[in-house]
Amino acid sequence: MTSSPTGITYCKCLCVVICSLPTLLIPPAMRAALLIQRWYRQYVARLEMRRRCTWNIFQSIEYAGEQDQIKLYNFFGYLMDHFTPASSERNLISHIFRENNICHNVDWERYFCYKSIEVPELYSGPHLSFPITCSNAAELVEAFKNKQQLHSRYVLQLLGETWRLLRILPNISQISTCHNKEITICGDLHGHLEDLLLVFYKNGLPSSEKPYVFNGDFVDRGKDSLEILLILFSFLLVYPNDVHLNRGNHEDHIVNLRYGFTKEVLGKYRLHGKKILKLLQKIFSWLPLATVIDHKVLVLHGGISDTTDLHLISRVDRHKYVSALRPPKRKRQNRSGMTDSDLEDDDPTAKSVDSSRRRVHSLTHSSSTGTRHEVQRRSLQGLNNRVTCSVEEELKERRRQAGLSQSYGDLRNSLTNSDSDPDPDSGELLESYGDEWKQIVDMLWSDPMPQDGCVPNEVRGGGCYWGPDVTEEVLRRHNLTLLIRSHECKQEGYEFCHNRRVLTIFSASNYYEVGSNRGAYIRMGPDLVPHFIQYQANRATRALTLRQSVGRTERSALRALREKLFAHKSDLISSFQEYDPENTGLISLGHWAGAMEAVLRLGLPWRVLRSQLVGDTLDGMLDYHLWFRELAITEPNTELSNASLLETMYKHHSNLETIFRIIDTDNSGLISFEEFRQTWKLLSSHLQTEISDEAISDLAVSIDFNKDGSIDINEFMEAFRLVGGDLLQNEVP
Amino acid sequence: MAEDKESAEAIVSEVHKKIRAAFDVFDHEFNKTVDVREIGTIIRSLGCFPNEGELHDAIAEIEEEEPTGYIRFEKFLPTMTKVLMERKFRPIPEDLMLQAFEVLDKQKKGHLELEELTKYMTQEGEPFTQEEMEEMLSAAMDPDKNLIFYKDFVSMMTVDDPR
Repeated sequence: MTSSPTGITYCKCLCVVICSLPTLLIPPAMRAALLIQRWYRQYVARLEMRRRCTWNIFQSIEYAGEQDQIKLYNFFGYLMDHFTPASSERNLISHIFRENNICHNVDWERYFCYKSIEVPELYSGPHLSFPITCSNAAELVEAFKNKQQLHSRYVLQLLGETWRLLRILPNISQISTCHNKEITICGDLHGHLEDLLLVFYKNGLPSSEKPYVFNGDFVDRGKDSLEILLILFSFLLVYPNDVHLNRGNHEDHIVNLRYGFTKEVLGKYRLHGKKILKLLQKIFSWLPLATVIDHKVLVLHGGISDTTDLHLISRVDRHKYVSALRPPKRKRQNRSGMTDSDLEDDDPTAKSVDSSRRRVHSLTHSSSTGTRHEVQRRSLQGLNNRVTCSVEEELKERRRQAGLSQSYGDLRNSLTNSDSDPDPDSGELLESYGDEWKQIVDMLWSDPMPQDGCVPNEVRGGGCYWGPDVTEEVLRRHNLTLLIRSHECKQEGYEFCHNRRVLTIFSASNYYEVGSNRGAYIRMGPDLVPHFIQYQANRATRALTLRQSVGRTERSALRALREKLFAHKSDLISSFQEYDPENTGLISLGHWAGAMEAVLRLGLPWRVLRSQLVGDTLDGMLDYHLWFRELAITEPNTELSNASLLETMYKHHSNLETIFRIIDTDNSGLISFEEFRQTWKLLSSHLQTEISDEAISDLAVSIDFNKDGSIDINEFMEAFRLVGGDLLQNEVP
Repeated sequence: MAEDKESAEAIVSEVHKKIRAAFDVFDHEFNKTVDVREIGTIIRSLGCFPNEGELHDAIAEIEEEEPTGYIRFEKFLPTMTKVLMERKFRPIPEDLMLQAFEVLDKQKKGHLELEELTKYMTQEGEPFTQEEMEEMLSAAMDPDKNLIFYKDFVSMMTVDDPR
């Protein structure tokens, strides 16, 4: 980013002396030059301010969305606890919490079997053979570059092999830069295939000479998440000692429901999408949690907290944590004494819900930030019914599942900590479960902050904010020198903080919008000094000037922001009216800024953004009704007259979609009218607002049902989406 | 009289809030300080057009006795308020900008050559850094002809200005 030279680096040359002379004595050419320089620097500063604000907008909307998601999820947890099994609302969502009975890996293997899937002659995509070779993997990269799609048979086969491999990998991979190998480390990719291809182009494909670490968040948001996974997994299979994948917070099926990955897979694989998603769910839970280079550099996705303990983490059963948003249930044992390896999953063979699980009505629903501990306790209550069996058998089974890398001693320890005490109220039991879960959530969700200390990350709703003192302590405790993490988008693709002891690396360029940021990757040799390579995918962006790129990103951010403003119209108007007791329709700009923050809580610099959001004012007073009209938001063309219902839909667009997808248990993309009605009931419960049956019926009348009386989720969401147009006055060529 | 005083206070209060808002955008640690290197951006974003020398003087006034590399809001506010109330560092009107370019365009061609403009901007006045020069050229220059049609450039930059 260009910024003007500052006073402190200002070089006092002859020009300064001349400048301080009376104007007439300065030669005209120099006067002209001075003027142009002054004018241009002013312009650049303005651009920088706009760029910074645009960034704030995107980031705050993004994090608010994450917070929303977690709140929604906590709400479901609350439902599970407080509603009887007979309640219809609870049943709608119970399947995402449901335990099942018998579920061995053998049964799963049968379910995921690809052998019966035939590849038709007409198929022109790549053919894979197993064990997969490096030319296969390279072929896959080429195929995806040419926009081909891998046949579902090969997808399932590849994923199956990946799953088998991941199960024997440890929680924390240890790698070394021996033989003068340089290691390449990539951050978030988020479905941006063009960025991965660019990295491979610039840096070369993974191989034993070219080891890679991919630091999580491979999926969601971008449109080629699955292709990225398939590429990474194929290289993992070919070079298991040289390709390392760390789990990110988006490697989580609950998060995927909201952020697009689920939708992508179902869209690309209509017949087998559901199976693919199920297998991926297992794969995600088996992804390693961190990588350590030369015992000195720790690489993980989110971050750390003041309680981070790598020794504890290396001992957990990481696959228990299918979703970081939900702590695991205790293991249950069926009659034969074998334990489940995968709880809470849909069992393809046994369909009945376990009726012996009773919930205790104990806790009141707490606020979003305190919820993590509440949720822990919630899940551990009521797990009373267990068939006891020998500790030996339990150990044997766990060893089989956990893989050979764990020693008997390790297993024994983890068993003592978690399962041996049958009393659910025992504090010790609570804590060790709680401990493990907290460690994992912290690793995947935390962000660094400039101040010392460690506080809950309320902006995202998960993990914590940790300070430089925590970095020092945790690094010291483990004898490490550097923490490399991802999780946050950075303008230049990377950023140091905490006295250069923490390094953020982000590999998805143009993340918010074309031109918004560069991506980067790290090359690191035995000296453990990181070297950065930056890039920006999409040839068009490189040709954009700073001005154009800021302008474009800014228009996009402002559009997103205006849509949000419009969605909150009635709350905003009430807030404005509090400042306008005489109902003149006018408020001051200062009050406007105050109201905006009070309602939206995005922490945005409203006064600075004002010039972009507000047109003309009368003597510094804003006509707020007129302002709403001028926001230039196109509402969907609908006969629905219920304005407040519409507004709920705009405001809670993502939540609504998430609930739909959860309810759509067979992942067909369709729900029945009854399910539709139940969705609204759930949403109104969560929001604690009233949505009448009549309003829902009106809504139903206004939408198109399929012939069989079902609603297509995608169509519905698109039909009721707000569309922000560009404001005419700020149109820049 | 009382009314005037009230409205004067209201104006100052608004000015303070404006300054605070701009300052906060760069206060990354939420501790009411900003990196001194961002002060120029903040001052300019508030609508002022200081030259480098004036900026340097302003910073000297705002900095601590022993410079820490950071500027505190308590020191920034009074100086900046004065700047805004006294309307120092006024904006440059479009026609004056045009005249400035015309002065450099000795042959009155209606455009400037790449080398001409570069020479002036990097050698005269308060010279541009190479980065600044490249950025201006990418915005101002017609890449096929390597010429700067300054009249269009000035209009374009002025339109861009969100007030």
